[in-house]
Amino acid sequence: MTSLSEHLDATFAALADPTRRAILARLARGEASVAELSAPFDISQPAISKHLKILERARLISVAQDGQRRPRRIEARPLAEASAWLEEYRAIWEANFERLDALLEELKHEPREVGGNGGKKPAKRKKRARQETER
Amino acid sequence: MTKLPKAQVSLPSDHEVKVTRQFDAPRELVFRAYTTPALMQRWLLGYPGWTMPVCEMDVRVGGKFRWRWRNDKDGSEFGFHGTFKEVDPPARIVHTEYYDPGDIGGSMGEGSLITVELTEKDGITTLVTLMDFGTKEARDAAMSTGMTDGMEMSYQVLDALLAEPDVANAS
Repeated sequence: MTSLSEHLDATFAALADPTRRAILARLARGEASVAELSAPFDISQPAISKHLKILERARLISVAQDGQRRPRRIEARPLAEASAWLEEYRAIWEANFERLDALLEELKHEPREVGGNGGKKPAKRKKRARQETER
Repeated sequence: MTKLPKAQVSLPSDHEVKVTRQFDAPRELVFRAYTTPALMQRWLLGYPGWTMPVCEMDVRVGGKFRWRWRNDKDGSEFGFHGTFKEVDPPARIVHTEYYDPGDIGGSMGEGSLITVELTEKDGITTLVTLMDFGTKEARDAAMSTGMTDGMEMSYQVLDALLAEPDVANAS
């Protein structure tokens, strides 16, 4: 778990920079040389190389061996791991909302005055916030 | 039943989270399900294995709410409470929200401001929940609380993955 956590930390740190995200966006369209990657940016090639190093260390990109050329390519896995974590947060909401979908279907077919709680006892609306448990 | 997209999560800024979802129901109904305790207790449950034994709602400006969840297995509890700042049925609710760590611990900063907006078109209600945690640290802590692996980490990746591509502004 620690090692996954460390991976993710590296992924997040690498992604924190707009230039590195732009580099990734470019590599998502296909591999590219350092020169090609530097072209759109108004910064030096050594500065680009530094960014590439960080991305490499985070395993977000790799260096392909293609004769004399050493094009960079994007690595999908760390991004997938990171978005899986986000997906878990989203899934909690989605689970709530799917229960809400079912409830709404039920409410649509019920008379209004029951407060829509399936004919069970009405909501206890009076018992409001008496005890203010400020912690 | 119409097939609608699933919930979407995005990050409008480094201290906010936005959750968007559509429902095949008029917004009056969605609003009611969102603000009536007996109804909320049936869907606002999060992870499997939790129930919501406490749900008190005084839905008016200045009114308070208190929610508490309990784990079926070990009885541990946590909750939220807050105050309604704006109430405009069935279109909009704004409330503060403070975390009660109960038995599960964790912190979510100084509290957050939640804005819930409902719009309806052709019988479909779009629900947008904007959560403003004030700081990036608080947002990241809030989003990682309750995560099954308990990882605590920066949420920078979310900005990267979800923000609009800013290739043009890269410097």
